[in-house]
Amino acid sequence: MISNPANHAMRKAVSRCISGITLLCACLVVAPLALVFFHLVRMGASSLNLDFFTHLPAGPGEPGGGMANAIIGTLILLGLACLIGVPTGVLGGVYLSEFGSPRVNWTVRFLCDILNGVPSIIWGIVINGLVVMHGIVICGRVIIPRGFSAYSGGLALACLMIPLVMRTTEEVLVLVPNGYREAALALGIARWKTTVHIVMKSAVRGILTGILLALARVAGETAPLLFTALGNSFWNNNLAKPIAALPLQIFQYANSAYANWHRQAWAGALVLVGFILALNVTVRFLTRGKPVRV
Amino acid sequence: MERIQDIESASTVAPAAAFPLKASAPHAPAQRNAFEVTTLNVWYGQKHAVQDCTLNIPERTITAIIGPSGCGKSTFLRCLNRMHELVPRARIAGTIRFFGQDLYAPQIDPAVVRRRIGMVFQKSNPFPTMSIAENVTVGLRLNGIGNRAYLRERMEQSLRMAALWDEVKDDLGKPGVSLSGGQQQRLCIARAIATQPEVLLMDEPASALDPIATMKVEELIHQLSRDYTIVIVTHNMQQASRVSDKTAFFYLGRLIEYNDTEKLFTRPREKQTEDYISGRFG
Repeated sequence: MISNPANHAMRKAVSRCISGITLLCACLVVAPLALVFFHLVRMGASSLNLDFFTHLPAGPGEPGGGMANAIIGTLILLGLACLIGVPTGVLGGVYLSEFGSPRVNWTVRFLCDILNGVPSIIWGIVINGLVVMHGIVICGRVIIPRGFSAYSGGLALACLMIPLVMRTTEEVLVLVPNGYREAALALGIARWKTTVHIVMKSAVRGILTGILLALARVAGETAPLLFTALGNSFWNNNLAKPIAALPLQIFQYANSAYANWHRQAWAGALVLVGFILALNVTVRFLTRGKPVRV
Repeated sequence: MERIQDIESASTVAPAAAFPLKASAPHAPAQRNAFEVTTLNVWYGQKHAVQDCTLNIPERTITAIIGPSGCGKSTFLRCLNRMHELVPRARIAGTIRFFGQDLYAPQIDPAVVRRRIGMVFQKSNPFPTMSIAENVTVGLRLNGIGNRAYLRERMEQSLRMAALWDEVKDDLGKPGVSLSGGQQQRLCIARAIATQPEVLLMDEPASALDPIATMKVEELIHQLSRDYTIVIVTHNMQQASRVSDKTAFFYLGRLIEYNDTEKLFTRPREKQTEDYISGRFG
């Protein structure tokens, strides 16, 4: 005969209780996202209009105005970051997955993971100290002039992106089955062509996903831009000069004493979150239905 | 242990009558050796995978390599087109001559070797990003051939040779991986012959297939042996006796016996060969 142990009821109660706590914690994890989003919509949606996307910022106390320069500035900075960070990160990942020796790989991977943990403000200070103070001069030719600039801002964001892109690229390339490499090499296809046309082509969605996630991660960075891009209340027509960016503009407006600037800051925050959300949804779309085989 | 080399007999003894396709095929008057392997030794790190292997593989024959798992037969096969070099810490000693030319001479590019010595793998591996047609022509396209009419012609010809054309001719744009297992393997064979190699190395090409697909692949191997030198690794002894002209038996990294297939299976000279083919071990 099957009989329950004496403390069966007690055990069941404890089990229910713990399950309930885990459910509660799961809700607590998701709650901030809902909180952030609804709060931003409540505070920022009213200031969101066409002018916000097409006009320069208005002076303190003046009605209207927008953040067009900051939106375009953020896009330019992300573009510059991609220009520097994507080739470096992707090719670095290709090296790790396809060419490196185990010992070199172990070292590079380890350093890469440390880089991933470097606080973003450190990148701001380092780029400030190296590039903003001195510029980049190679063989007597000025590549990046001294001073706050879009270039140095893009470089700081790229430094944040590179280790992220590198690791995700490596991870998706390693997932490509070895049989495809062997098949291609056995056809007498050169190693680099095998890497580009067979291996990377099979993993292109995974690589794109990594790039977009890295972009989403750096799009909202403020600290590295404070010391590099600096911010600008007007249009930037020279990438060697300071440039506006959404996070910087939000920071500046939220710190001000003017009610209309505060409202603009909320609207800016809403746009930024919307942009990052859109990037993440794109990633979901790219990886839909295929959780493993990227 | 005595290794048997009967190069002389290879050119004089007609293939067994059990292979009508072979027997009716006109033979070149003097059959050359496609491969001349001399004291081949291969190591993976500390593991001595192939030991002192010496044999000659005549052109336009089917040579089967049999032996229990881990006996070095796949390693030996991969040395013939330098595929074993992909394994980290692989090391090789001895010489392999391909129609008299040293395959391991320092100025030889392994990619060029592999263009002349094609390979088919145990697990069919059509490229997932490519259609059936693209899969067949990839070896040509990525080696710089862009003439579409020529590619189209090679594609059809290769698929016909692989006995796949009639099954796929209306679906050439479909993904290669949409085919059945046996069709995928024949697609891989078509891909390998599209670049017009002189030799096809096959590493257990039918071991993952059902009996009907296996039969089709074996028929195909027969057909191909009129134009190609074929070396096939198999752990299926019936298959070796069905398809091959010559058979090499490997055991524990050593070549135990190498002879005409009929002789090896009916009158093995070595005790170990006899034990293996009669199913006493392996």
